Amino acid sequence: MLSIRHSGDFVPEPVLSIRDLVVDFATDDGVVHAVDGVSYDVHAGETLGVVGESGSGKSVTVMSILGLIPTPPGKVTRGEAFFKGVDLLKVRDRELRDIRGKDIAMIFQDPMTSLNPVFTVGEQIGEAIEVHDPSVKEESARARAIELLQLVGVPNAERRVDQYPHEYSGGMRQRAMIAMSIANEPSLLIADEPTTALDVTIQAQILEVMKKAQIETNAATIMITHDLGIIAEMADRVAVMYAGHIVEVGDVDTIFHRPRHPYTLGLMNSLPRLEADERWLKPIPGQPPSMINVPPGCPFHPRCELSREREICRTEFPLLESLESSQHKSACHFKHELAGETSKFVEEEAAS
Amino acid sequence: MTNPNPSASEHLPAAPQVDRPAPETTPGLDADELTSFHEEGLEVVARSQWQLARRRFFRHKLAVGSLVVLMIIVFVGVFAEQIAPYSFREQAPLDARMAPTLEGQHYFGTDVLGRDYFSRTVFGIRTSLYVAGIVALLSTLIGSLYGAVSGYFGGWIDNLMMRFVDLVLTLPILAVLIVIAALLGNGTPIRVAVILALFYWTTLARIIRGNFLSLREKEYVEAAKASGASDMRIIFRHMLPNSMGPIVVNATLIVATAILVEATLSFLGFGVQPPEPALGKLIDDARGFMQSMPWLVMAPGVTIVVIVLCINFVGDGLRDALDPTQRRLRA
Amino acid sequence: MLIFVVRRLLYSIPVLIITSFLIFWAVTVSGDPLTTVRQIPRVSQDTINSIIERNHLLEPFLIQYWEWVKSAFTDGFGTTLLGDAPIFPDIRRVLGNTLQLIVAAEILSVILAAIIGVVSAVRQYSTFDYTATTFSFLGFATPTFFLALLLQILFTNLYLSTDVRIFYTSGLSSAGADNFLIDRLQHLALPVITLAVLGIAQFSRYVRASMLEVVNSDYVRTAKAKGVKKRNVVMKHALRNALIPFVTAIALDFGGLFGGAIVTETIFGIDGMGRYLVGHLNTRDVYPVMAWLMITSVIVIMFNLIADVIYGYLDPRIRYD
Repeated sequence: MLSIRHSGDFVPEPVLSIRDLVVDFATDDGVVHAVDGVSYDVHAGETLGVVGESGSGKSVTVMSILGLIPTPPGKVTRGEAFFKGVDLLKVRDRELRDIRGKDIAMIFQDPMTSLNPVFTVGEQIGEAIEVHDPSVKEESARARAIELLQLVGVPNAERRVDQYPHEYSGGMRQRAMIAMSIANEPSLLIADEPTTALDVTIQAQILEVMKKAQIETNAATIMITHDLGIIAEMADRVAVMYAGHIVEVGDVDTIFHRPRHPYTLGLMNSLPRLEADERWLKPIPGQPPSMINVPPGCPFHPRCELSREREICRTEFPLLESLESSQHKSACHFKHELAGETSKFVEEEAAS
Repeated sequence: MTNPNPSASEHLPAAPQVDRPAPETTPGLDADELTSFHEEGLEVVARSQWQLARRRFFRHKLAVGSLVVLMIIVFVGVFAEQIAPYSFREQAPLDARMAPTLEGQHYFGTDVLGRDYFSRTVFGIRTSLYVAGIVALLSTLIGSLYGAVSGYFGGWIDNLMMRFVDLVLTLPILAVLIVIAALLGNGTPIRVAVILALFYWTTLARIIRGNFLSLREKEYVEAAKASGASDMRIIFRHMLPNSMGPIVVNATLIVATAILVEATLSFLGFGVQPPEPALGKLIDDARGFMQSMPWLVMAPGVTIVVIVLCINFVGDGLRDALDPTQRRLRA
Repeated sequence: MLIFVVRRLLYSIPVLIITSFLIFWAVTVSGDPLTTVRQIPRVSQDTINSIIERNHLLEPFLIQYWEWVKSAFTDGFGTTLLGDAPIFPDIRRVLGNTLQLIVAAEILSVILAAIIGVVSAVRQYSTFDYTATTFSFLGFATPTFFLALLLQILFTNLYLSTDVRIFYTSGLSSAGADNFLIDRLQHLALPVITLAVLGIAQFSRYVRASMLEVVNSDYVRTAKAKGVKKRNVVMKHALRNALIPFVTAIALDFGGLFGGAIVTETIFGIDGMGRYLVGHLNTRDVYPVMAWLMITSVIVIMFNLIADVIYGYLDPRIRYD
């Protein structure tokens, strides 16, 4: 079903639609607003890259939707998360459990610790299937596990299926995790830093496997990472998070070449380039803010070059608003001042 | 890389009969995600390690309260002569068999021979603390050095040294202690302490060795080596100070264990013997009159329980405050 | 798997040998074994000489050791110095009694500790958890002998006031009892409870900590993300991993239980290993003491071996070494 937005952008109904999500954690020192009003959509077949530093709230967002954060001390204070019309945050535990692993699947960061050491890989993949379809017999589950392992490129799958996780290499384990996640052909795939724990050379392979998995299932994918290279490689659209907020969202091309938020611009400009002759790297100065006593105004303003200490940045919180196209939004009082500015990636292309 | 021939005992903390095993997770920040979000987002104010540790310790009201009680008890033990109204062996047949009363300061009553049990308990406390202190000191010294050497050098030295520790630990500790105390003991607190230390150094050795094995890989150790520091210097100046946390915590627990074992030994007659006072012996003396004068058994017994309980609470608080591994802080 | 077991077995042999050597050396070094004998009035020099002869006391240390080891296999460790009673039959009898006590205590500890530990971990910080923690701390702080005495006082008073025997406070059985089993249980109850309390205190904390660690692990998170039912997450994924170290802890604890048994048997007047040892220690009769130590060590080493094997069975990671 298509919903018509203005400017003639045709956008299909999103698979997942998060609206104004707020997740708090109670700590000894106070309440941490890990996620502070986040909204984004993901559509079938597309990959949304969610990028941000550690602590920006990118993981907590998706974990809270699936009911995977410990509820004390965590708590979803506000918000909705519509998955195929159902608000996951209001649904009962049982139904959420049915969705987890079947309609929505997650791939975690560290495959060594994410797989149970006392069960074989085959048993664990099989479990993903059996949990959602109790009528499945052990042999068919095992056969399917072998199929999946072959799909993700694990060599010698018939033998490997009966091995334990510690007998696999890091890259293979992550492949197994991916196999486990697509076992039930989910409509939404969430990958939380899937390659961070792996060697760089393996990273590329895993990304390939993920792309393949996505094509096989036509799933909507959320790729959470702090690595801009992966975003460039995998994402169709990008959401940039900072201090529990989305600060900019748009398609990958725009975000990389024509960012309209000082943080995004800063991120792009802080990346070193191999080809150019750079003498100094340009990091973003300062530290992310304390999430407990959040000062008023824009969370990024202490580190912002665009702000130049202007009053409104200190007092008023900037909302996420559309720019020329409704598909490109930025949360900055002065985003228009960035119009026409291009990141250094564009400069370099112009130069070559 | 794990030891290719792990004995199951290596996967466990050593557990002498009355010791406590394994990692304790504590209330407060537990979820890893929580910790990472919280700590990363904070603007960190520079504080010294000790200040942080002290702050964490004092947040534990139970530990602080126990510390206060303990200090009172230590005070009583040290000034036993002044505090106890009577001496340990003084008999007063006319005042025999009294229930606890304020009269004549017989707070814990008297036994068949008219001996004041409050005084006897006070002197017994002194002995217990004395023995436990020496055991902890000796065990810590021997155990730390042994574990440090074993963990630092690793390889076959470590293997051999740890095999020996394993051997000692395969024996039933209390039984062996009783045998040795019976055959080699002479009833003096010092000798009892030495005998106990002969076994309890092993718990510390294990822990320190484990600690050193991991510390060895740290960059500052490699840096020290690269700059030509001798092994001794590295061990004493770099690694041991970083092991202080586990050392202190375990030394505390050893004190608790030692008090219990000393009491058991003196109860059976193999530990500290007359003329030296001992809490266990007090209970043994009173045993025959348990039914008619139960307070004679209860008073020293409850005293032991209170002392050990306080030590354990303090140890728990210390563990929280000092042992960084429990907090799962990012390095 | 088989190689693993055989390897552990082979490793145990040198351990046994060294242990036996240490025992012999430590005990012999403590002084003249005949001290007590010599103090008996009217003991003739002939008797003393024959004892010296029989136990090879004038020969070099290593020969003595060898003779002792031989006597273990051929002669049941020989006889006691005083009274010339054969050692092995006595030890066999008292060992049987003690094992009843220890095994019952261990089973009780394990079951209760597992339940308490798991529930405490799953319901962390609940009232149950805090209560269990309090009891554990009390359990750690109470010396075994004190607890035994308290129980004795309590149940003796119960009997005196109600005239009903719930549990016996001494001995292993009463003469002329109607039901042997019930009678034995009534006699064993208090000593078993005494021994079990410390075990429960210790193990419940251990299980709780182990479960908490496992429950917060990544693979449990994965299981939840897969949609596995909460109950199965706990019972299947978490428990198995948490119990691995627990199982070995139990097996290794048997050594400690022998020590606890010494105290318990003394107080409850049970004719077991504990009383046997204490009795002979009091008379400085070294041969039964050495035999006691050796047999106990064998049992403990055996349990260590079982612990290793079980661990290897449960945890695939160390199996293929």
